[in-house]
Amino acid sequence: MSKAGWIRLVIVIAFFGALEIMCRIGWIDRLTMIPPTEMAEALWSMLLAGSITEDVLYSLRNTVAAVALSVLAGFVCGVIVHALPRLRRILDPLFASYYAVPVFVFYPLLVVIFGINATPLILIGAMFGIVAMLISTLTGLDRVPRVMFKSARMFQLDPLRSALLIKLPSAAPHLITGVKLAVVYSVIAVVAGEFILSSKGIGHRIAYAYNDFDSRTMYGLLLLLLTAVTVVTMSLHMWEHRLHSRWAKQ
Amino acid sequence: MNVLSQTSAAEHSLEEGARGAKAPHVHLKGVTRIYPAVANNPEVHALASTDLDLPQGSFFSLIGPSGCGKSTLLDIVAGLASPTEGTVMFEGKRIEGRPPEGVGVVFQEDSSFPWLTVWNNVAFGLRRKRIDKAEMAKRVDAILAFTGLSDFAQAYPAQLSGGMRQRVCIARTLVLQPRLILLDEPFGALDQQTRLLMGDELLRIWRETGATIMMITHSLDEAAMLADHVGVMSARPGKFIEIIETGWPRDRTSEIVSEARFGSITAHMWSLLREESQKAMKAR
Ligand SMILES: Nc1ncnc2c1ncn2[C@@H]1O[C@H](COP(=O)(O)OP(=O)(O)OP(=O)(O)O)[C@@H](O)[C@H]1O
Ligand SMILES: [Mg+2]
Repeated sequence: MSKAGWIRLVIVIAFFGALEIMCRIGWIDRLTMIPPTEMAEALWSMLLAGSITEDVLYSLRNTVAAVALSVLAGFVCGVIVHALPRLRRILDPLFASYYAVPVFVFYPLLVVIFGINATPLILIGAMFGIVAMLISTLTGLDRVPRVMFKSARMFQLDPLRSALLIKLPSAAPHLITGVKLAVVYSVIAVVAGEFILSSKGIGHRIAYAYNDFDSRTMYGLLLLLLTAVTVVTMSLHMWEHRLHSRWAKQ
Repeated sequence: MNVLSQTSAAEHSLEEGARGAKAPHVHLKGVTRIYPAVANNPEVHALASTDLDLPQGSFFSLIGPSGCGKSTLLDIVAGLASPTEGTVMFEGKRIEGRPPEGVGVVFQEDSSFPWLTVWNNVAFGLRRKRIDKAEMAKRVDAILAFTGLSDFAQAYPAQLSGGMRQRVCIARTLVLQPRLILLDEPFGALDQQTRLLMGDELLRIWRETGATIMMITHSLDEAAMLADHVGVMSARPGKFIEIIETGWPRDRTSEIVSEARFGSITAHMWSLLREESQKAMKAR
């Protein structure tokens, strides 16, 4: 591991260590937060007992579906918009201000349309992720050297092949940035959706535990969520770096 | 400037006879190119009215000061860009902003695909055609041997030097056996010795395949050594000031650089280019 990596690790450990101490000596009372070791222990026993398996799988399925949808649709829309500069000039300000709009207010509407099930959760997750992926696709394609597109034309590729065989891999390092953002946004939207209105899922369980003053369950699940998202984004981040240096041909 | 078709007819009568083609392989008439103004940049008159005929199987070199429109002309011949005015014909058919089948280009910039190994880079075009696996492997291996990349077949472009990457691009184009090969400064990233050797190999391929070659180069020596005809272009807007006939035999090699005639050809080219290059430098 690099020196920066070690320092990062030390900071994280110090943070949790400080939290642990503050909880143990009573600076933070038990109703507000439990010590991190107890969170881990609570999570471990829940996993062993299988009491959260169903909810975890439900949220996981919804998140994966939402990410897949936003990545796919975001890439396809990105390629199309990139190929139509005039359309792009019209849409660009809309993309830029998208995340200023509280998209989440559409969730109750989606529930009204589709009912309390997985569909509104997947859709709201996808709505959160899609524009991040679209913008990353546009940025990625902008940075691809023009000579790559010229090569594609010399190989007589049709638009579909050119998108899949040249544009997708050329822009890959930037597309991973989009995937990373789509994962983060989709997790937030899916869990928040479950939190508000759902009969299953991690978010639902957290909300339930919260109202029940059940700190062990609540913090156990939060720890699981935090760890899962960190591991996924860190792996994508490392992959992104590897591709960037390979694509730069250094 | 239609000197080419007459002067080289005798030399290439063999191939032309075999193919029964009398019309030029590539024909440009009154071709101009103006890049329209974009935002704050004024329009650029890159190419003045240009006529050019390349007979089947000829080797044409293009030299001229930087920014005079050489790559622009190559893009137009390749069908990657449309001329503002004028017509371009390849094998008797008009090219209209769409690359015709049978034309291969090696670009000035590195265009190797970083996500593919050297072997797969070279095989890329063949995979798009219906060619059986064994034949494809044979052709890829042969062209890798020719470009001296056999030991790097499984390497990725990021692991190669700039010169080697350029050879990957050359191999990727040649493996498709194009009838018209357009090369934009293909040996720019190579050292002088490798340049000479690659030049010899290019001549051999040219003789064996009967392809027509148009090659842009910054090296006067390279142009004089390789080509039947050297087109010398003026500063922007580019046009041909003179098309020099070298008169080398078809089975020439780099050894002709020691001939007296070679020296007088390059000297003549320089006398034409000196003034134009100064103009181009001042224009910056
Ligand atoms: N897409 C473009 N838009 C506007 N101007 C362009 C464009 N491409 C090239 N030019 C301009 O057209 C002129 C000719 O460019 P071109 O690339 O054909 O020159 P060149 O002879 O190949 O130069 P070099 O020897 O440096 O490669 C240059 O002044 C360049 O700035
Ligand atoms: Mg050029």
